[in-house]
Amino acid sequence: MSITLDMAQVELREVNTTLQAAAKAQANEAYTITNTRGSHAIACGLDGPLEVTVQGSTGYYCAGMNKEAAITVTGSTGPGVAENMMSGVVTIEGDASQYAGATGHGGLLNIKGNASSRCGISMKGIDIVVHGNIGHMSAFMAQKGNLVVLGDAGDALGDSLYEARLFVRGDVKSLGADCIEKEMRPEHIELLADLLAKTGADAKPEEFKRYGSARKLYNFNIDHADEY
Amino acid sequence: MDHTPNTMPRQSWTFSNETNSEIRRAAATGIYDIRGGGAKRRVPHFDDLLFLGASMSRYPLEGYREKCETSVTLGTRFAKKPIELKIPITIAGMSFGSLSGPAKEALGRGATMAGTSTTTGDGGMTEEERGHSEKLVYQYLPSRYGMNPDDLRRADAIEIVVGQGAKPGGGGMLLGQKITERVAGMRDLPEGIDQRSACRHPDWTGPDDLEIKILELREITNWEKPIYIKVGGARPYYDVALAVKAGADVVVLDGMQGGTAATQDVFIEHVGQPTLACIRPAVQALQDLGMHRKVQLIISGGIRTGADVAKALALGADAVSVGTAALVALGDNDPKWEAEYQKLGSTTGAYDDWHEGQDPAGITTQDPDLMARLDPEIAGRKLRNYLNVLTLECQTLARACGKSHVHNLEPEDLCALTMEAAAMAQVPLAGTNWYPGKPGF
Ligand SMILES: Cc1cc2nc3c(=O)[nH]c(=O)nc-3n(C[C@H](O)[C@H](O)[C@H](O)COP(=O)(O)O)c2cc1C
Repeated sequence: MSITLDMAQVELREVNTTLQAAAKAQANEAYTITNTRGSHAIACGLDGPLEVTVQGSTGYYCAGMNKEAAITVTGSTGPGVAENMMSGVVTIEGDASQYAGATGHGGLLNIKGNASSRCGISMKGIDIVVHGNIGHMSAFMAQKGNLVVLGDAGDALGDSLYEARLFVRGDVKSLGADCIEKEMRPEHIELLADLLAKTGADAKPEEFKRYGSARKLYNFNIDHADEY
Repeated sequence: MDHTPNTMPRQSWTFSNETNSEIRRAAATGIYDIRGGGAKRRVPHFDDLLFLGASMSRYPLEGYREKCETSVTLGTRFAKKPIELKIPITIAGMSFGSLSGPAKEALGRGATMAGTSTTTGDGGMTEEERGHSEKLVYQYLPSRYGMNPDDLRRADAIEIVVGQGAKPGGGGMLLGQKITERVAGMRDLPEGIDQRSACRHPDWTGPDDLEIKILELREITNWEKPIYIKVGGARPYYDVALAVKAGADVVVLDGMQGGTAATQDVFIEHVGQPTLACIRPAVQALQDLGMHRKVQLIISGGIRTGADVAKALALGADAVSVGTAALVALGDNDPKWEAEYQKLGSTTGAYDDWHEGQDPAGITTQDPDLMARLDPEIAGRKLRNYLNVLTLECQTLARACGKSHVHNLEPEDLCALTMEAAAMAQVPLAGTNWYPGKPGF
């Protein structure tokens, strides 16, 4: 049984206090949020196991800094969904706007539609799977974790990349500075198979190419000044 | 014998020895000069202002007897738990990574004993610092290194860093030498690589977005924590107005003399406005919005003495923040390390290669042997003493002006020694009732 919080009647503050308290209480309850009307910061800062279904679309920073909770948005999300997520699973049935999963430290962000520009910017350990395409400058300065894209990637993928791994099935419009195509080794196939299975993605690991850091910008070198 | 007199060899002002040495360094290395500290050039500063003191028309307070309050409350606008400080002087955000663990501990100890707050910095929150700081401000920076909701909740306030006075518009830098296993782990990056902290936040772009970001941070922390916005001294009137619009409880405004751990010298010396020039426009913005004293203003960049503190408050700030001076109080640039500074090609007072991690004083380093030179308890007591002196000096000046609280100091208590300072501080040039730009002249 899911408890419903209707945002036509309940203020954001109360929605979040209710969800945060339920997550903290480790009650393993399920909540449904209705009439979201594009509100910002829905279900952010949850810290514990909780199942949340957000019906409709949201504004900025839905599921921000999530820990452990499983949050599903049935519509699309505004900028910064699951930003700085630590753990748990966030699923978007629709599309995600800019900076999806920005600076995420852990957990899984599953975007069934497309993601806009700067998806996975500065990611620090999160896994992001996008079933559609992603926009330009995605995985900019991405540090750790995995970004999997079933569709195409826009311009300057992985610019100034650190140690995050990028897997793209479709076309990459262009690679950013210091981002190169790398060999797919068995451990990558395994990792990819796992992420694809977890997110219900209809694709085979062998269809993807892997991109990573050339590590040429790791220490300043005057001969690479044009790249900076 | 030839008795024709020689002209003395004349050094060029334009091509000074220092300038030429930089040209030679650039020619040899092909990379710009990176250093720590703030702007070293002389710019109009608090030294160019004087207090008038009490006289026939003003009534002084008795030193040591009549009370002169120094407390300040920060975050009264929206936060459920504002920060109450005993003194109007806080410790500025300095990153763990640029500073050692014991140095962060010393800052926490000193600040706590003096009744004030300290601030994290890039690279996240350390146990040393949280454990020893009664009141800790947690910085929210573009890099988001180590950012997590648990530390956010155990902070006493959150400071969103938009810019720094040393480098408005610039990001951070921490060179590979200082990226030890611990520092790298906290930042989720490999050891030994140069770290560029981004200059823009990854998930918002302008003040309209920032307003929503602040909503999110408040929702995550139950609207308890004061939210500060820190800006570099670029366009103080508009930056402060927009920070208020975005929902700040407190604005931190850092002028160009403000220190940094590592930035290009060209950036430090050529971008941003002097601290003195930033205060009046900032206060004007708050006044125009009816927010002066409701959104508190913290000023930093070159605060060294109780006189600097008193002058900043008289111009309308609610508090000041110190970075470099706090490091000097701990033991940075101490003459006792002169022989070692010489070996590093520097000298006491000029040592600014904080990014190289070889600090003889053991403060701006991650080298275990050097770090061990700083005893956090002793250094913490020195910082407390120093903060106490700043406070006593500030009170002395306030009493001389007849003020029972340091916040009662006002621009009318000041005059300026130079035209530039008169124009920037909008207080009369000494001996006149005029300052450049004064309406009606
Ligand atoms: C070693 C060092 C490290 C610093 N690290 C940071 C930082 O991580 N974040 C930040 O906002 N400011 C940082 N600053 C700037 C200070 O917060 C502050 O703005 C400045 O030091 C104030 O000027 P002052 O040094 O003249 O007192 C740093 C300054 C120094 C000296």
